[in-house]
Amino acid sequence: MSESRQDVRKTYKLLINGAFPRSESGRSYEVSSAKGDFLANVAQGSRKDLRDAVSAARAAQPKWWEATAYNRGQVIYRLAEMAESRRAELAEHVGLAEGVKDGAAKSCVARSIDRIVWYAGWADKITQVLGGANPVAGPFFNFSLPTPSGVVAVVAPQESSLEGFVDTVLAPLVVGNTVVALASEKRPTPAVLLGEMSATSDFPAGLLNIVTGFTAELTPTLAAHDDVDGIDFEGVDYEDATQLAVLAAGSIKRVLRPAQGREVSALRRLRAFVDTSTVWHTVGQ
Amino acid sequence: MSTAPLRLVTEEDCGVIISGANQLASIQSEAQLVAVLTSLSGVDAVGAEARVAKLATRSIKKSTKLAAIDLAISMVDLTTLEGADTPGRVTSLCTKAQRPDARDPNVPSVAAVCVYPDLVAHARTVLGSSAVKVAAVATAFPSGRASMKVKLLDVADAVEAGADEIDMVIDRGAFLSGRLGQVFDEIVAVKETCGAAHLKVILETGELVTYDNVRRASWLAMLGGADFIKTSTGKVPVAATTPVALVMLEAVRDFAESSGRLVGVKVAGGIRTSKDAIRYLVLVNETVGSTWLGPDLFRFGASSLLNDLLRQRLKQQRGAYVRADEFSGD
Repeated sequence: MSESRQDVRKTYKLLINGAFPRSESGRSYEVSSAKGDFLANVAQGSRKDLRDAVSAARAAQPKWWEATAYNRGQVIYRLAEMAESRRAELAEHVGLAEGVKDGAAKSCVARSIDRIVWYAGWADKITQVLGGANPVAGPFFNFSLPTPSGVVAVVAPQESSLEGFVDTVLAPLVVGNTVVALASEKRPTPAVLLGEMSATSDFPAGLLNIVTGFTAELTPTLAAHDDVDGIDFEGVDYEDATQLAVLAAGSIKRVLRPAQGREVSALRRLRAFVDTSTVWHTVGQ
Repeated sequence: MSTAPLRLVTEEDCGVIISGANQLASIQSEAQLVAVLTSLSGVDAVGAEARVAKLATRSIKKSTKLAAIDLAISMVDLTTLEGADTPGRVTSLCTKAQRPDARDPNVPSVAAVCVYPDLVAHARTVLGSSAVKVAAVATAFPSGRASMKVKLLDVADAVEAGADEIDMVIDRGAFLSGRLGQVFDEIVAVKETCGAAHLKVILETGELVTYDNVRRASWLAMLGGADFIKTSTGKVPVAATTPVALVMLEAVRDFAESSGRLVGVKVAGGIRTSKDAIRYLVLVNETVGSTWLGPDLFRFGASSLLNDLLRQRLKQQRGAYVRADEFSGD
């Protein structure tokens, strides 16, 4: 083969309902590396893409929650297996996007994959931690059980392109929600790669949907969308999140606002998008 | 880009046409019927599909979209045709038909509710003097596999129970094996039995195989006295499609030009989204013109479509996407 082979350029597309469409709008935007070099053309999602992603997530949610907790854990663990064999590719993109050296990028990827495994483990443990058996004055058992909110929108962190994405997305997933994630605007490629890996793992279609595009343009649509049950504003400025929370209030969503300057603890993320349902049961026969 | 339909028929035009020689006024023999039907030109299938694909790209936005949604709501035949239908279900359907959005009185009522004949009397009682019509599927719906006597009894029964409209099915077996006279006679007999009730003739286009058959069956039904021709029962895998609707609308247009009688079209089965509904409205406007844009001459047979229309209506007003379960199921 001749030396002057033409590179096959990759188009970074959306992940909606298990498929990789371009944006419905036909738009794309240019993403640069941290150094300012051209990195990729990425689909610029529109509000209609978000609409489609939310319907896909809504359709997938009951089945995901009906699966056993053990099975949910296995499905998420499978994502770690997929990511493990593509560590080099992820590390390259994290390095370019975040402008960190090779070694730092590699350990970031390693931490992210370990984090996926850690979240997978939570699937069949969260009920013990957040649930409980309540004492009641009568011959009844009374249990509180954490149940998922439903469809959760995640505005992923702008800076931490992979580790932060894993944190914000997997926490709602593992407790039984389905997710529509808006990837980091300027550093979307690691998230898109992880999305591709999820499609070759055991993730059912619609479980995780990833839209890339302009955060300021797309977040209000997600915040106001009636069919979204919760929203994580991690990737939004603190002040903007206040404004957006007002939009979210219209449909009484659960809102997780960024903690100013501090990191939101993993346990807080895990419990951010669960409701508690109470079950009564008679004691004895 | 010209948006004017090729030949727009208005009621005034029809007066002129009627005054001319009208050889389609009555079909006397099967030979005459076959002669009329075989004289119809074939349908350009590729052309029809290309035409609807082109029209489907037309963008209807903002206030036009709102108007289209309201128009579509007013054209819906809210349908429940399940073995599990109960009077309770029909009651809630009728309530919803009269006031589709309980919170917004500005939403028009739908055109009709469509039920099995045994539930007509109940629907009639619930609807009372409301403008919403009661339509009944009769003639051994959906297969049409019963004797003529049974079919006519079925129709008479529904009419007596208070049905304003009868949706009959044609005998597809007879049509496909060339017994056109038999199909024609059935339609004529059913029309007679209907009395004042409107007759919609279901062609079940999914079983007619070709567009040419759809065109012939449309003409056959119209010659037999149909007030409406309807695409499908909704009980076979292939239901209403836009090319089939185009063929039927063209037949209706040509029939109006040659006979002076305006026949309506009802598309039914598989129409679930507002986008689909609006595409049909565009197709109607571009093929037969705005005369047909009303519940008297165009209908949607649907159940879940209404909820999507209401959702899109609310979305236009609120500016935010609406939950799928915002409106009660039926």
